[in-house]
Amino acid sequence: MISAVARVYRWEIAKLLAQKRTYLGLGSAIVVPIIFVVVLVLQSGGPNDVPLGRYIRDTGLAVPFVVLFFMSIWGFPLITALVAGDIVASESHNGTLKTILTRSRERGEVFAGKVLASVSYTLAVVFAMGIVGVVAGSIAWGFHPLTSLSGTKVSAPHGLALLAASLAVYVFPLVGIAAFGLLLSTVTRNSAASVVGTLMWALLMQLLGVLPGTESFRAYLLGTQFEAWHGFLRTPADWAPVIRAIWVCALYIAAPLSAAYLVFLRRDVAGE
Amino acid sequence: MSAPPPVEARGLVKTYGEIVAVDHVDLTVEPGDVFGYLGPNGAGKTTLLRMLLGLIRPNAGAARLFGRDPIVDGAKALDGVAGFVEGPRFYPYLSGRQNLRLLAAYDDPDSRPRIEEVLEVVELRDRAKDRVGGYSHGMRQRLGIAAALLRQPRLLLLDEPTTGLDPAGMRDMRDLVRRLAGEGITILLSSHLLNEVEELCNRVAIIRKGSTVYEGALGDLLATATSGYRLRAADPERARLVCLAHSGVEDVQLEGAELRFKADEQAVAALSIALGQARIGVTALVPETASLEELFLGLTGGDSADHDKEAVA
Repeated sequence: MISAVARVYRWEIAKLLAQKRTYLGLGSAIVVPIIFVVVLVLQSGGPNDVPLGRYIRDTGLAVPFVVLFFMSIWGFPLITALVAGDIVASESHNGTLKTILTRSRERGEVFAGKVLASVSYTLAVVFAMGIVGVVAGSIAWGFHPLTSLSGTKVSAPHGLALLAASLAVYVFPLVGIAAFGLLLSTVTRNSAASVVGTLMWALLMQLLGVLPGTESFRAYLLGTQFEAWHGFLRTPADWAPVIRAIWVCALYIAAPLSAAYLVFLRRDVAGE
Repeated sequence: MSAPPPVEARGLVKTYGEIVAVDHVDLTVEPGDVFGYLGPNGAGKTTLLRMLLGLIRPNAGAARLFGRDPIVDGAKALDGVAGFVEGPRFYPYLSGRQNLRLLAAYDDPDSRPRIEEVLEVVELRDRAKDRVGGYSHGMRQRLGIAAALLRQPRLLLLDEPTTGLDPAGMRDMRDLVRRLAGEGITILLSSHLLNEVEELCNRVAIIRKGSTVYEGALGDLLATATSGYRLRAADPERARLVCLAHSGVEDVQLEGAELRFKADEQAVAALSIALGQARIGVTALVPETASLEELFLGLTGGDSADHDKEAVA
């Protein structure tokens, strides 16, 4: 079972690596921090209103944190939806779903492989942005200690560890979006509809977070979890938003994924 | 207890809303059969094959492949089974060889060494490194067969394998099917091409609007179709009178210079003597055998506009 899923997963990754849309997403995640750094090098002023924005020219370590903020609105949700919304629908559309479902793998194994591939891609784009952001920022402004959200100085190596932890916790809500994309991809069998629908859902979550009157449940919206990493950048670290992000996102991941799984197991695979 | 047959379907029903695509179909394919599943377009052939492969769930009834139900047993029911429905589909952005490697990984990694062998069988080795997106329809069909052979099947399910191929491609595909059948693989082949079925299959089922209207040996079907005789004589009008007067000779009709009638062999033998005694020279007296095409049209009620055109081709 595990080796079977691993084989499916390996080929799901191979398929992603052979498709343009993967590079479109990955490329965007890499290009955005570079553009960000170039613009700030050429212009004075900066994103002073956002967390760590004031310190962006102090150290390259601040760049990925600031980019995380800007890309949480629609950048990363779109990049995630691009693959998760497509991963089942494109196979329905191309007829390859019936090709692989008439081999020796159970439907559950195929689905698991696709989920793992979507999660891997999400991890890859977030960490690619982080690495490129640090490198580009360090070329421009050096690799210096980071000023935390509490105003204390954090050594550069410690700052790098905080960045890795922050990126990891940032992946959770993105996987929540990917799970919704997988559900739409499975149910609608239409790649474009799934990608757009997933993005709309992510934007709705963001919108609910800023509308007046939503304060009572704002902490449990998916969009809010994109800020959970702030907890790592406080002295001492505030684990409460991180822990909440993990269990809230787990629900946002589990619900659509279970629904998608059940649909995938039972659905008719016929001509589209 | 004898081994369960390669294909055994009982009471299969599939509906889409109010449309009954497959209506209580029973089907048995025995080991070694090359079974033709014949029907006009839209008769439910592909839907039935999809149910056999577990791609869609029947509303009623069950299908078993070597005794295993794909809905109950999942992918295990497809052990020893391979094929495609509605034409084989591959990842256009991967090469032919990569597509086969992917499918080998989905089957059993041990099948990977066989990839070159099956590419050779379908004569695709030269193009195996090219992306499938650039393949012709015929090449994709052949890759479909290669993908099926990778599983070393005991049963091949092929949905209209020659549809869309040019005449040479059709001939090659039929040669391949014949060769595989010769190696002992049981084949269930759907088709709306009568000459194809006549050429390849030993048993047929003919379906119309989701129901089976005939199932059995092709030879038996053709034998039922000896419907009458044609007679050419020196004096057709007098010959007609002799026929009309002869017992056991019925439905006598004069069409131009030719007489057509229905009779059994004994009556025909007696009639030939009677014609001789009446001093009417007979130039031809031949049994009239309906072609598979005529039988097919009779059984299916000429449902589809395009099958007769294809059948003649």
